[in-house]
Amino acid sequence: MTRSPVAGAARQVLPPVVLLAALLGAWHGAVVLGDVPPFVLPGPAAIGDQVVTYREAISSAALVTGRNAALGLLVGSVLGVLLAVVAAAVHLLDVLAEPVVAALAVVPIVALAPVLYAMYGAGSEQARVVVAALAVFVPVYVTTLRGLRQVRPVHRDLMAALAASRVQVARTVTIPTAVPFVFTGLRMASSLAVISAIVAEYFGGPRSGIGSFITTAAAGSNYAQAWAYVLGGIAVGLTFYAVTATAEHLATRRAGP
Amino acid sequence: MSTVQEHPTPAAHPRGATAVEIVGAGRVFGGRSAPVVALEDVDLTVAAGEFVSLIGPSGCGKSTLLRLVADLDQPTSGTVRVFGGSARDARLARDYGIAFQQAGLLPWRTVRANVELPLALAGTGRASRRERADELLAMVGLTEFAEHHPDQLSGGMQQRVAIARALADSPSLLLMDEPFGALDEMTREHLQAQLLRICAETRAAVVFVTHSIPEAVFLSDRVVVMSPRPGRIRQVVDVTLDRSGAATPGSGPHDDAGDDLRTDAAFVAAVAAVRTALHGGGTGPRGVDLR
Amino acid sequence: MSTATAPTTLAEAVSSPAAPAAAGRVARLLRVRPLVAVLAAFAVAALWEAYKLLGPEQGWSLGETRLLPRTTAMAMPHTWDVAARLLEPVSGATGAEALWVAVLRAGASSAGIALTGWAIGVAVGAVLAVTMQRLRVVESAVLPLVVLSQTVPLIALAPLVRSWGSRLELGAVTWQPWMSVAVIASYLAFFPVAVGMLRGLQSPDTIHVELMRAYGAGWWTTLVALRLPAAVPHLLPALRLAAANAVVGTVVAEVATGLPGGLGRMILEFANFAASDPPKPWAPILGAVALGLLAAGLVALLGRALHRYRRTEVAS
Repeated sequence: MTRSPVAGAARQVLPPVVLLAALLGAWHGAVVLGDVPPFVLPGPAAIGDQVVTYREAISSAALVTGRNAALGLLVGSVLGVLLAVVAAAVHLLDVLAEPVVAALAVVPIVALAPVLYAMYGAGSEQARVVVAALAVFVPVYVTTLRGLRQVRPVHRDLMAALAASRVQVARTVTIPTAVPFVFTGLRMASSLAVISAIVAEYFGGPRSGIGSFITTAAAGSNYAQAWAYVLGGIAVGLTFYAVTATAEHLATRRAGP
Repeated sequence: MSTVQEHPTPAAHPRGATAVEIVGAGRVFGGRSAPVVALEDVDLTVAAGEFVSLIGPSGCGKSTLLRLVADLDQPTSGTVRVFGGSARDARLARDYGIAFQQAGLLPWRTVRANVELPLALAGTGRASRRERADELLAMVGLTEFAEHHPDQLSGGMQQRVAIARALADSPSLLLMDEPFGALDEMTREHLQAQLLRICAETRAAVVFVTHSIPEAVFLSDRVVVMSPRPGRIRQVVDVTLDRSGAATPGSGPHDDAGDDLRTDAAFVAAVAAVRTALHGGGTGPRGVDLR
Repeated sequence: MSTATAPTTLAEAVSSPAAPAAAGRVARLLRVRPLVAVLAAFAVAALWEAYKLLGPEQGWSLGETRLLPRTTAMAMPHTWDVAARLLEPVSGATGAEALWVAVLRAGASSAGIALTGWAIGVAVGAVLAVTMQRLRVVESAVLPLVVLSQTVPLIALAPLVRSWGSRLELGAVTWQPWMSVAVIASYLAFFPVAVGMLRGLQSPDTIHVELMRAYGAGWWTTLVALRLPAAVPHLLPALRLAAANAVVGTVVAEVATGLPGGLGRMILEFANFAASDPPKPWAPILGAVALGLLAAGLVALLGRALHRYRRTEVAS
């Protein structure tokens, strides 16, 4: 209780920031002192330079990828939550869905991208949204279903003793118990959505997002430029993570026994 | 601590003077291959306004018996009647209030909202709900914690909230499953005195599960001593103590009246009687607090 | 706490009314996992065929945006056509091997790379976890970056790795392109191991740690006798996740670096046949699915071997 919240936050934030700065410094030093050719490893300075030069192209590509990932996150999580609710109520669906979800969890979903381009048309972004949605669906479904089963026995007894109706039980106990789990699933899914949206671009489709520009730049040996696009992807990923992690934090404040 | 006493809620007993009537109740767990007899042939009647404790070593079925009364579990033989109707009807009519060993508060609700829960589920209006919750919080001495969340409270305070919640609907029957089991001795004695006072005020019948002999004797009109494997009633010990002192709020923070009672000769004698009944001539039972 | 709830859960576990005989038989059948898996696969295939039958030919679009996929034979081949195609030769060329043999060959190549990537990832993750457990400073500095590393789509670097690979020489060992793929796979695989194992190493109760200290056990003895066994329940889900990630990383990196011979490249190549031979692109995808399941299965076998440490399994 003696340390102030500011000092506590500093203690949390400072070490990783210092380490990150040190890593960047070492990278820069190695490139400059070691005279590393840019095709092997462009230095942070060169990449920064490219970010400034191509900032408009990068941000518009980041927007396209971000939109695909966001739509995928939305569709996948809505489906995940809905299906988990149904599975929690209908035992047969739960039993049948379990192996499918277990398989989806270990299967490279991005591999579906080519056939999805065939199904939705190679010129559209939909295939990328579907890939992101499928990748999101798995953790959201699994965590939501787990959350719906977390009701503590004492709370279930209490609801029975109070003769609560099914709707009342859902509203007072089941849903509040499950919500933090849903948000944990969303947080886990957020980076998956971005990565899947980017990687789906490697498999074809229109040349519009971060992923397609990275491949183009790399194919043209513009490595610093490719790295600059990678940074754009990092920014999208971090934004998604920050938003969902904040949401999770707000949702889990009062959770626990 | 709390000296609030303005709310004696006289419990009505519209359906006769018997709160609980258990006849030949048994409960067998497990399938035909490996049955576990938790309760066998239990007969017990609890009169309206009576305080009855169930005591016995672990595995004697005392919690199971309480769950049968609460209709959280059903007997495999015999009958359980509450206020003249079935246990299920009593549960659906919200005839009883219940407190578990764990406080079981909903962590996302404030203390007040937790106390209001039974009323909210029964569809009571917001204003009267709040009024009743404030009364009850005053009664258990937690008025200033109404807006806190359970995780900000100590175990003893959480348990007091749970008791307030059990009383919210002014039930004429209180079911309590080792509600003070996890608390330290000081808090425990304090809450026992408060519970006695509350019962005197509300005139509710109480079925109280415990494994502490002094607690059972201090609180009860009758102590039901149970034995394990299979769970049976071994003996019922009548306790006659003058609780007029303990049932009024203590003058100081330590509930002196309760302390007087605990050193009373009749109290000591009743403790000895229950202890003898528990031992039942054999070796000392395990899991029973013999303090 | 657990003793307090035990009677309640026991009561609940056994108090459900006996189901009628027929329903009981169904319930028993539903507990046979391989059977359920086959049933589930058929259910998915049935959904596919049902949509193909009932769905609109050109999908369903809202304005310019196609929301539901097309159902033409080109977009969605029949499931049985896909199955039949596996038995036919890869191409019209004389002496071409059957498609399933080609997929199997590519799958074996990818499996080897994924296994390497998994092993590297597990080793790196384990070293990181032990170091973080040993030194608080390292934990507070490294753990946030480890978490960040996965929000960062560094798999996006795959195209770059190809160029490094071709130019890198480490003494006598020439850097092989497949090594780049394994490195990328390990990048995805190390994360769950580092996080899961750290949580596992930190899982022993204070009372156990103090017991070890009371016996005068040093850090190493405590690690071997207490922390590692305690970490097993956390480690197994992490290893499973790492295996799945290694497969994904391998397939994606094969695509991105253009490494021939594996499933990733095959997926990309066969995608060109979507118009002329619609079932063909599905073959390597099914191969990737099988590879993912195989990886998860192998980790499950590993878990069986460690089963005496698994008294309390932790959900991943």
